[in-house]
Amino acid sequence: MSSVAVTPSPTPFIPAATRRRFLRRNVWGASIYGVLVLLLIVEKIVHPGLEAFDFQTLVIETMPLAFAAMAQASVVLVGGIDLSIGQMMALVNVVGATYLVNADLKQAILASLAIIAGTAVLGALTGLVITVSRVPDIIVTLATSFIWYGLALHVMSTPGGGVGSTEFSDLVNGEIGTWLPEGVVVVAAVLLVVWLPWYRSKLGLSVYALGSDRTAAFLSGVRVARTRIAAYALGGVFAALAGLALLCETLQGDPNSASNFTLNSVAAVVLGGVSLAGGRGGMLGPVAAAFVLNIIGAIMGFLKVNPNYAVVIQGAIVVLVVLLAATLTLRRRT
Amino acid sequence: MSLLVVRDLARRFGAVVALRSANLAVEPGEIHALLGANGAGKSTLVKILTGVIRPDSGTISLNDRVQDFHTPSQAQRAGIAAVFQDPALVPDLTLAENLRLTDVDATAVRRWLELMELAVDFGEIVADMPLAVLRMLDLARALAREPQILILDEITAALPSDLAERVFLVMREWRERGHAVLFITHRLREVRAVCDRATVLRDGHDVGTLIPSEAGEAAIVDLMLGPAAQGMPGQAAVVDRAAIGGGPRSDTLVLEARDISVGTEVHGVSLAIRAGEIVGVAALEGQGQEELFDALAGRRRRDAGQMLVEGRTLDPRTPFDAIHAGVVLVPADRVQALLPQRSVRENIALPLHNEVREWGPINVPKEGSRIGDAIRRLQIDTRAQRQARRLSGGNQQKVTIARWIANGFKALLLFDPTRGIDVGTKRQIHLLLRQLAGEGAAILFFTSELAEVQLACDRVLVMYEGRFVAEMPAADADEAALLHAMHGLVGTEGAA
Repeated sequence: MSSVAVTPSPTPFIPAATRRRFLRRNVWGASIYGVLVLLLIVEKIVHPGLEAFDFQTLVIETMPLAFAAMAQASVVLVGGIDLSIGQMMALVNVVGATYLVNADLKQAILASLAIIAGTAVLGALTGLVITVSRVPDIIVTLATSFIWYGLALHVMSTPGGGVGSTEFSDLVNGEIGTWLPEGVVVVAAVLLVVWLPWYRSKLGLSVYALGSDRTAAFLSGVRVARTRIAAYALGGVFAALAGLALLCETLQGDPNSASNFTLNSVAAVVLGGVSLAGGRGGMLGPVAAAFVLNIIGAIMGFLKVNPNYAVVIQGAIVVLVVLLAATLTLRRRT
Repeated sequence: MSLLVVRDLARRFGAVVALRSANLAVEPGEIHALLGANGAGKSTLVKILTGVIRPDSGTISLNDRVQDFHTPSQAQRAGIAAVFQDPALVPDLTLAENLRLTDVDATAVRRWLELMELAVDFGEIVADMPLAVLRMLDLARALAREPQILILDEITAALPSDLAERVFLVMREWRERGHAVLFITHRLREVRAVCDRATVLRDGHDVGTLIPSEAGEAAIVDLMLGPAAQGMPGQAAVVDRAAIGGGPRSDTLVLEARDISVGTEVHGVSLAIRAGEIVGVAALEGQGQEELFDALAGRRRRDAGQMLVEGRTLDPRTPFDAIHAGVVLVPADRVQALLPQRSVRENIALPLHNEVREWGPINVPKEGSRIGDAIRRLQIDTRAQRQARRLSGGNQQKVTIARWIANGFKALLLFDPTRGIDVGTKRQIHLLLRQLAGEGAAILFFTSELAEVQLACDRVLVMYEGRFVAEMPAADADEAALLHAMHGLVGTEGAA
């Protein structure tokens, strides 16, 4: 019940079961895209003047959360959870703002790659601490969130810095065609270049196996520690992309800019059909869910709902959707 | 030259010594049984042999080379493949993905499945398959690894007899090819039928190796239970049913079901159990027995029919409702029923809190005395009582029964309670059931081990495709008659 285009793995066997499996694994992922389309229609109704500009704004505003959701999903799929994603984004945000402020496109890309490599290492370290200490993920990542936040404050205590290269920030803010923002292409490219090979690899299979049943995976010869560490490293990669996307959106470094993203990423993951117990779900669902969460906010904006109530309604919608999905899943099991 | 030699293997878990000093030699081309009562150390030995845990001391050698396994994959590479009690297939992956995960060749698996006459869809998600099939798949996967030693840990415990026969077929095939099988089971008849030699463990030691076909079941049981148990009730090898006594004590109907239907699994089943009566249920895997028990115990809503407890209608929505009305369930999966991290006492006291006092603090002395009684009555081994998960399987099952004894009940539903439990504990449980019945309880008892029907029950209902197709008094319910009925080979329609 997850990724829509990414799923089919090489199974040259009986098609009936493949179809059943595909449906079972993708029904949620497909429905969240249905919800997304539905909400776009609703938005068009409440705001008839909806045009490419509004769509692009939506994409720009959603990209940080989309990547944060992917970071969270990487970790949740293996059976963990990462409460430090927002603070990791903040750290990336301020480090990026410091080094990118006077950089041209080439330098900016190099610096970004260095930052991504750095957060991958930080993620791997987090995973290492979790596997070695056997302290639950939720506690270790809560602790690391303070570390990342402290480091971010150390780098930049008040908002500042920025992005020197407009070509670089246009990766988030730019557009290729009228209805085709560059951000959509970037997200799709990341899914294709980073997630798809991972999903198809033995490592990806091990991640799903471990999240599904740790004992069975261990008995199947899965390298438990290695796989968990790798999942956290991948989470670090996505968290860096999220932080950089946030930087490109705001064009300013701010250590306090990203604290909401941790729990929003969890919401997107749950809404995107990833089981919090691990082993079930994919990446396309959470990405769509990130869009859904932001579009709800946009619709409220157009309806001129008091922003305070808007947050309440947004939360209620998440609960309702998850409740609905849970009842459907339960009914199928019994 | 022995294929596998185990010398002085020892392992402790905290204060509990699971394995003291175990020795074992397995030759190529033999089926070797590993026997022992619950807690004798069989599972620990298997886990060490398969690299799941490491021993504190002692050695394992394979083909005269000393091995030190740190992970299951190392043991697999060295030529040891195992099928564990719980199938080691990852539930959310398809079978094909599971095979890819373990680097096992799908064609080889397919060949073994063909030999076992099983048609399986490799694209199906494992969680959607029935447990019995998963065991066979696990077996086929283990064989496809071409192990020198195939370890089967209680593989037949939850298998219907026709599938068990196919397992034996494959075991013999593996022996013919010059490899070895290490077979762990509690069913002594299976040992005599398929095993060439048997090593018996007791209290973490190996206490003897014998040839089952020559030694006989009685000798094996004596070895398993040891001299300490001689003369104690509950150790006898061949249970004399007359000694148990039995039969309904009164005509009061305690539990009655009329035309109960559940989903597509149970179709209009009726039964009536009197006070003091133990009614057996026999069926092949998946004939609706599980759904019937779940419906009676309030774990699942029935779709049609009526249920009466002492003449009063009961429509349990949850187990809480059923327990309040006095209908309690002992499931096969002990871990499902227990709080594994909590103490034995707390586990027994759990449903008590429903009744003793709804509000306010728990009456500790009163609770304590009732629990103490239950523990003594069931002879629960409380060495590891701080955490229920550390108990052996047999003792865990005793705790789930003790819970209901402390709580009190009218009708007791037991769903395969003795699965994977040694003969001594089984015998204790049979005696206990008889005592409980004597005190006026009505007992419904499903068992996958047909011999138990005659040992413990007054009469038996045979279920086939969601219906009771036969009823017979225990005296007539020998295995041949039961098997016949369980496969639906009876002329009469409906029963009970």
